[in-house]
Formats: sequence, structure tokens, C-alpha cells
Amino acid sequence: MNAKNSFSMKIDSRSKNESFLRTVVATFASVLDPTVEEISDIKTAVSEAVTNCIVHAYPDTIGKIYINCEITDNTLTVKIRDKGVGIENIAKAMEPLYTTAGEERAGLGFAVMQNFMDYVRVRSVVGRGTTVTMKKNIQVRYGSQKQR
Amino acid sequence: MSVEIKVKDEVLTGYLSGEIDHHSASGLRTAIDRAVEVNMPSLVILDFERVSFMDSSGIGLIMGRYKNLSKRGATLNITGTSPYLYKMMRLSGIERIVKIENKEKKQ
Ligand SMILES: Nc1ncnc2c1ncn2[C@@H]1O[C@H](COP(=O)(O)OP(=O)(O)OP(=O)(O)O)[C@@H](O)[C@H]1O
Ligand SMILES: [Mg+2]
Repeated sequence: MNAKNSFSMKIDSRSKNESFLRTVVATFASVLDPTVEEISDIKTAVSEAVTNCIVHAYPDTIGKIYINCEITDNTLTVKIRDKGVGIENIAKAMEPLYTTAGEERAGLGFAVMQNFMDYVRVRSVVGRGTTVTMKKNIQVRYGSQKQR
Repeated sequence: MSVEIKVKDEVLTGYLSGEIDHHSASGLRTAIDRAVEVNMPSLVILDFERVSFMDSSGIGLIMGRYKNLSKRGATLNITGTSPYLYKMMRLSGIERIVKIENKEKKQ
């Protein structure tokens, strides 16, 4: 059993922070002894949510991204929040291949989050911002030597 | 993140390396499009062997290059996808429009 552990941070919505943020969350989760695949899943899902804040929430400005991470037992919870433009129709935004950003975006960010994580919830208010909450359960593997 | 371009006859190969995300994708896009402009290949191969991370921005990069090359009547192939990258590509359904070579080798 892991004692509960958490961290929060607030960071500028600059694209160079994408790699920093996914690395920070993956490193924080490493106490759960995830497999290489699970680490990739976490990094990719975090990268999607953070990129959405940078590209969509604050299209023409630099705003703040708020990250909250928590480990309880063998579950990682990541909450990524912005105070940007918000999403009018969340169900539509979450459909695979739906994008408002033209030729160079695939419209797959939410599909990736849903496929790579065990739980995804999106809350949004137009003009107020968006919160994406994701969870990943890391299986305790037999023979693991890690001291939790 | 970088791309090394090699041209032989009408085949242009882009060897990508490092992490592909929204931050790095625009530089890659410019480099590939410029090389295509100059060399006018009939086949472009993007090699992902040395790519250590990719999110959906990488899929957007592939789709954008596919559209660009289709307009020129050129073909785009993908190679060197690790199981992790292939998982991403399969989720995107990109295989319906772009051929992925050698994926079995690494599965
Ligand atoms: N934080 C956000 N604030 C405002 N709008 C958002 C936010 N996140 C997503 N959206 C909206 O939801 C749509 C779908 O997001 P999703 O991440 O699935 O695809 P994308 O970002 O358009 O493309 P990709 O992620 O493949 O590069 C976006 O095009 C955008 O309109
Ligand atoms: Mg996205």
C-alpha cells in the first residue's frame, strides 16, 4: 500500500513545457513501479491534455496550466486544468478525429487519453476553462522488488 | 528532435529522431516540406526507428504530409515503428491511407 502522495504546480502555457510536464508526471508515478508501456501511456496522455491547453484553451495568449497529481494505493490521478476558452460541446469534442484546428491536427487527443488511461472525465465551461481528470491503475506485479 | 534527410533517385527518406510533440512538430514539418519542395520525390519514407516519444501531434504531422504529397502525386510510407508507436498509429487508423512497412519485425 502506498501512503497518499500528491503535488501541484502552475505553469505557463508554452509549448516547450510539454516535455517537462509529461516527464514530471511520469517520474512522480515511478514509485508505483509501472512497466515501460504504462510509463509511455501516462506520458502520452499527459502530453495530449497539456497540448490542448496550449493550443486550444489559450490560442492567442500565454495562460496558466494547473496540474494536480495524486497517488492513492496503486492509482495515479492527474488533473489538468486551464482558465481558457472552454469547450461548448464536450461529447462532440471527444469524438475521434474531431478537431477545430485544421490540417495539422488529427483530432485524436481525447481518444488517446481514453485509450491509454483507465478513466477520463472532462468538465468545461465556455469562457471559464476546462478540467481533465485522468486515472491510471498500476498493477502490482508479482516479484517486484520496489519498496513502495 | 531532428530529421535527417537522404535522397536517392526519386526516393526521399526522413530519419526522425527524439520526441515528436506539438512543440517539435512544426520544425519537422518545415524541414520535410522544404526537402520535398527541393527534391520533388515520387516516394517519401518517414523512418521512426529513433523516435523515443510521439503523441497525436505526430499523427497530425503524418496526415499533413500525406495530404501535401497526395496533391503532388507522390506516395508516403512509414517505417521503423516500435510496438508503442504502432499502438498510436493503429488507434489513429492512419494505415488506411499510409503504408506502414516492417511493423511485424518489431511487434
Ligand atoms: N483545454 C481545452 N480548451 C478548449 N478546447 C479544447 C480543449 N481541449 C480540447 N478542446 C477542443 O476539443 C477538440 C478535440 O480535442 P483533441 O485533443 O481530441 O483533438 P485536437 O487537439 O484537435 O487534435 P490532436 O489532439 O490530435 O492534435 C479540439 O479541437 C478543441 O476544439
Ligand atoms: Mg489535442
